[in-house]
Amino acid sequence: MTNLFEYAPAPESRSIVDIAPSYGLFIDGEFVDGHGEPFKSVNPATEEVLTEVAAADEADVDRAVAAARRAYTRVWGPMRPADRGKYLFRIARLLQERAREFAVLESLDNGKPIRESRDVDVPLAAAHFFYHAGWADKLDHAGLGPNPRALGVVGQVIPWNFPLLMLAWKVAPALATGNTVVLKPAETTPLTALLFAEICRQADLPPGVVNIVTGAGDTGRAVVEHDDVDKVAFTGSTEVGKSIARAVAGTRKKVTLELGGKAANIVFDDAPIDQAVEGIVQGIFFNQGHVCCAGSRLLVQENIHDEVIASLQRRIGTLRVGDPLDKNTDIGAINSAEQLARIRELSDAGEAEGAQRWQPECVLPDRGFWFPPTVFTDVSPAHRIAREEVFGPVLSVLTFRTPEEAVAKANNTTYGLSAGIWSEKGSRILKIANQLRAGVVWANTFNKFDPTSPFGGYKQSGYGREGGRHGLAAYLKGGSH
Amino acid sequence: MSDRLAVLKTYKLYVNGAFPRSESGRTYEVTDTRGHFLANAAWASRKDARDAVVAARGAFAKWSGATAYNRGQVLYRVAEVMEGRHAQFCDEVAAGEGLSSGKARAAVDAAIDRWVWYAGWTDKLAAVLGGANPVAGPYFDFSMPEPTGVVAVLAPQESSLLGLVSVLAPVLAGGNTAVVVTSKARPLPAVTLGEVLATSDVPAGVVNLLTGDSAELGPWLAEHADVDGIDLTGAPPKRVMEFERSAAGTVKRVVRPEAVEPDWTADPGLARMTPFLETKTVWHPIGV
Repeated sequence: MTNLFEYAPAPESRSIVDIAPSYGLFIDGEFVDGHGEPFKSVNPATEEVLTEVAAADEADVDRAVAAARRAYTRVWGPMRPADRGKYLFRIARLLQERAREFAVLESLDNGKPIRESRDVDVPLAAAHFFYHAGWADKLDHAGLGPNPRALGVVGQVIPWNFPLLMLAWKVAPALATGNTVVLKPAETTPLTALLFAEICRQADLPPGVVNIVTGAGDTGRAVVEHDDVDKVAFTGSTEVGKSIARAVAGTRKKVTLELGGKAANIVFDDAPIDQAVEGIVQGIFFNQGHVCCAGSRLLVQENIHDEVIASLQRRIGTLRVGDPLDKNTDIGAINSAEQLARIRELSDAGEAEGAQRWQPECVLPDRGFWFPPTVFTDVSPAHRIAREEVFGPVLSVLTFRTPEEAVAKANNTTYGLSAGIWSEKGSRILKIANQLRAGVVWANTFNKFDPTSPFGGYKQSGYGREGGRHGLAAYLKGGSH
Repeated sequence: MSDRLAVLKTYKLYVNGAFPRSESGRTYEVTDTRGHFLANAAWASRKDARDAVVAARGAFAKWSGATAYNRGQVLYRVAEVMEGRHAQFCDEVAAGEGLSSGKARAAVDAAIDRWVWYAGWTDKLAAVLGGANPVAGPYFDFSMPEPTGVVAVLAPQESSLLGLVSVLAPVLAGGNTAVVVTSKARPLPAVTLGEVLATSDVPAGVVNLLTGDSAELGPWLAEHADVDGIDLTGAPPKRVMEFERSAAGTVKRVVRPEAVEPDWTADPGLARMTPFLETKTVWHPIGV
């Protein structure tokens, strides 16, 4: 298809961010040296080294937990709840003030389009702090039983797909409920968390309330397994989630896990096709498909399959893949070489197992990690691309004839994080929504998030909820939940 | 005293609405606290546990799909039918737990009342635990609790009836189906409860009661891929960590045991229902 719309490049300036040549750990309100092997953070769109970041070893994690314990016992725990709330309000406002800086830094470090970091990640992160700030002095009214109390020190490990937003999902409820935090950002995307440390200082947050320990899996393990951690919150792969559940077995630690997904996005033959196609695109190509709740399995009713696929391919042909800082970009860079290899491997398996691969004509940059938007048709439920989480811009298309078959296929997965339904018939939407074993169901929309709306999975997509009144329960004891 | 010779009961398992012996053919001797023979109980095997999971999975769609009002009436019916067997439960609890008749009666009373309490919860959970979420956009967004699925319950070892009901009823009230391993040494009230459940309009397979050893059956239930959650209350204390680790392999929801068996007469709150409830959130655009 010829390119109907030529766009001149419209890059967002990166001059707003000031990346230091190296970063330390943020412990007890100070940046300090780490004692693990420092690592480099790379811009995945160019493979340019952005900075060198300290890695926390066990002793560093121990210092961070000790700082968090002191802050919990002496300052944050005894503090008037309304004052805790005010700190969170401050953080929300500071995030808004420095929103553009965070957005540019996120796109540089993660590879996601500036349009998304600017319009989704950063505003939602600020909204999470603003929402939870208001809870701090209202926990008795949260319907979680009488006299809910903080757990203490919380260890949190977050992924690389929404670095700042996942930080907000973790830190905001933990602090609002009176806990202190040791957070480990993902190895490939530590920079916005380190900039957040600066926000904590600008907010005059007491030292030790938030501690940020960068590093790889070993650092995360040290956080999870530390004896003085009262609660572990993790977002990431199901495989690592299981190892965390094993690690905390037999301890007092409370755990919440937000893990992988393989969401079905079900399109019925009465759906508004154009809207559904937009939703399919939003469902799988948002954030390069690096989304645990991505609509990666399209279940389309057989009689409209050809029409939907034709329309979908036409639409995908207009997506622009490239420079994440370009305001016109729809699909940015794959976050890392490792992830790119995983996407390639699974896509090749899709073809080898007999599915048909389709990709638009699309010129990819010479450097960096890129994968074009990809649609597989003729996918059977047994194919790996129908069962395993690709975590990339790869859509697997399956068909169904009856609503019963749609539900059976949708639920035929060990995951249960999210699902989509496209239909103009309200009673059908409600019936199907009831039958889907998934924690979030988007009907005639997809990939919407809000701090007031609980998010989390069924089955092997994890347990516990983030957001809303439900999310508070994960950080409190003494109530009846 | 009549000189009529009593007809003794064969205590069997309760699986899928029927009362089979253990497929293993095994039984074990149950005595009172002074060591006097009470009965031979079926000694459930791994295969029995697997059969029970199949039954519980088969029953899940109907039970979870029933209206909350209907589930409440069925659980209330359990209390009604238990009341009619009050004396039998008192005898079994007194013998098994070594209680005075007064204390046994109090335990049976509390167990019956616990069914009534949970019967009243079924149609309130969604209002108390769910609700509308005021998202910042043109969407109707609501959250509601749904049952986790098939829950394995290792019932308390000490409190053979009140403890059992206190861990089973909350699982059922939320719409889950259950595979229960009863107190090993005190299984008789559980078998009688099975007879109550079988005549209380509880659909077959919703509750499956296995008399036997939680140390033997626990590992299989903890790792079973078609079990969604497990309550470890009656697990042998030294095996709890192992069971929880096995459960991690399929991301099961786990209720850890307390260090000592809790006071089952205390107000239960929601704490035994919420671990086996999922929250589903549904979004729909608002527009014309």
